[in-house]
This record gives sequence, structure tokens and C-alpha cells, in this order.
Amino acid sequence: MAEFTLPANSKIGVGETYKAAAGVKNIKTFKVYRWTPDDGQKPKIDTYEVDMDTCGPMILDALIKIKNETDSSLTFRRSCREGVCGSCAMNIDGTNTLACTKYISDVKGDIKIYPLPHMPVVKDLVPDLNVPYAQLASIEPWLKSATQPPTRERLQSPEERAKLDGLWECILCFCCSTSCPSYWWSGDRYLGPAILLQAYRWLADSRDEAKGERLDNLEDPFRLYRCHTIMNCTKTCPKSLNPAKAIAEIKKMLVERTI
Amino acid sequence: MDDRRTPLARARGLGSAKDGVGHWWAQRLTAIALIPLVVWFAVSLVMLSGADYATARAWIGSPLVMVLLILVIGIGLHHGQLGLQVVLEDYTDGAWRVVWIVLVKFIAAVFGLAAIVAILRIGFGG
Repeated sequence: MAEFTLPANSKIGVGETYKAAAGVKNIKTFKVYRWTPDDGQKPKIDTYEVDMDTCGPMILDALIKIKNETDSSLTFRRSCREGVCGSCAMNIDGTNTLACTKYISDVKGDIKIYPLPHMPVVKDLVPDLNVPYAQLASIEPWLKSATQPPTRERLQSPEERAKLDGLWECILCFCCSTSCPSYWWSGDRYLGPAILLQAYRWLADSRDEAKGERLDNLEDPFRLYRCHTIMNCTKTCPKSLNPAKAIAEIKKMLVERTI
Repeated sequence: MDDRRTPLARARGLGSAKDGVGHWWAQRLTAIALIPLVVWFAVSLVMLSGADYATARAWIGSPLVMVLLILVIGIGLHHGQLGLQVVLEDYTDGAWRVVWIVLVKFIAAVFGLAAIVAILRIGFGG
């Protein structure tokens, strides 16, 4: 259900300020959400002044520099640092994106960094994504075929393969799902754009033989029809994919099999 | 409530309702139907402005006008209650959700039927 204010234990306060060393000229200020389950305190915003002359160009470079040189307690996920693993998804300058592919120079003024919105926080910038992962498992994201497997590859025409473009590239960073108001309000039952794009990836696959079963499992006022084409998902996707279109295609398929 | 279900139990919930495509399709079809109907209704009201009681009554008495008026009311209220159901699903929860949705459907049915009876009575000169 809709919630318009933060719960009392999530109200954000002001934290520490870590000044840059004296003599540093090229400073960028990072304001970072901090919360730890260990001390019973409410979340706060810590301020870090970072020397841009000794920092890489990406937001992730600055976070790693802060962790290495200023505050080793700062906690965030990262792995590939090239937009392929989806680990460093967070809310930067008001938009969900990947810290590793977002340029520091793209942000005017202070850089505000929060965890992905409306997810439980494990610590600092690390959200608890167990429910979205379970929702992914619930759509059974693998090829289903009752036909005897061929001795070689399962063949597709180039046109059939082309239908998977714009779908297979999804890295499951959940920038889209956590930008969606419907997912914020009804995330316990609505699958959200990331999972629905994955669901469509299998519905669009000519080799899959379980389309009816997949559509049966999606046809639900909450699982699918909470999408009101708000389009935040498509706007925020760091891979420039279009989850809103994938959801629309699922809705079209459901109509197609009734008339 | 202390929720100790596994994430997969939460994600699967009670399973798919296997329902929703009818609602979604009806919302679109009624929306399309309402475009010409509402334009006709608005133009008709403007043209009737300043008309006396007898003229307005005679207008409603035309079979075509009766049919179109009943369509405006019936399709309009159906579209409205479908839309309100979506809003209530978004913004209400638990038992209140059921109460509100049922109430909206009942009110739409009563209003619709009352309006249709009124149109028929005027039209057939009751």
C-alpha cells in the first residue's frame, strides 16, 4: 500500500563531515547515506570532500577512494566496475543507476548517494534484495521444453533471435524495479519491471514451449497489472533497456490469447 | 506482524489469480467507446442550452438519443468503477480494500440503473 512518509526509524539525520586535506584545490563533495544495524541509531548523511585530482572519473571510483583513504566503514556492493554485474546499483543524484558507469562530471554540485529506494537496508548503500531475487525465481527464468532435446543446438532463425535483443542485456541491477512507485507500494505482490522484463525474455524466446503456463502465472491484478505505464523503469535503466515495453508486450499476449 | 516466511514463499504468495486481462481489456475498450460518446454528449448539451423543458424532453424521447444516453451512462460508469478499482488496489489495503471496491461497484450499479430507468421513463413518456 502507498506510504508517503518515511517510518520514524528511517528519518535521516546529519552525520560526520570529512574535510579534504589542506591544500587540495579540486574538491567535489559527496553526501552519502549511512546506516548500520549495530548501534541502534537512525540513518544519517555523511559528507566527504574528495580530491578530484587523484580520483578516477566515475562515482564508484570516488566511493572506493573514500573507503580506501577516508572511511573504511563505508559499505557498498561492487564487482565488475564496467556495468555488467549490476552490483553497484544505487540512487545517485536522485536517479537509480550504476555507480561504475555514472560520471562524476555529470552531476552538478554536491553528489547525493542513497541506497536503492524502498528496499530494506542491510547497511549503508547495500539494500536487501532477497524478495526481488525470489520473485525472479518464481517466474522460472530458464528454457522449458517438453520436446526431446536435439543432439546439437536448439535452432532459431535470425528473426527469432532478434526478438531477444533488448531483453538478454538486463543485468538484474533492480534500478528499474526500485524506481517504480507501484513496486514501492505493492512490492510484496507486484513483480516489478525487472522481473517482468525477465518473464518476457522467456515469453519472447521461440525455443521455449511453456508460454501458456508462463502467461497463466503472470495474469494477476497484482503480479502484472500494477504496472500503470509510469515509465520510471525505462527512464532510469542504466543499460538503456525498455522494461515498460516488455510489460506492454506481456499484456498484449494475454489479450491475444483471449480474442 | 513478524514475517518469517522465506522470500520464495512471499514471492509466490497464494499463486496467480489467473484474472486481470478481462479488466484491462474492458478498461481500454470502454475508454475508446467513450471518446465519441462523450463528444456527442457534450455537443448535445451545448446545443440544448437555453432550450425549454418540452424541447429537452422531446430530444430525450428520440430512440437514437435514448440509446446513446444509456450508452454514455452505462459505459461511463463501468469505465469509472474499473478505474476506481485500480486506484483502490494501489492505495488501500486488507479488509478496507474489499469494502471500498465492493462499495464502488454497488454505487456504480445503483447509479447506472437509476439513470437508465429515468431515461426510459422520460423517453417512453412515463
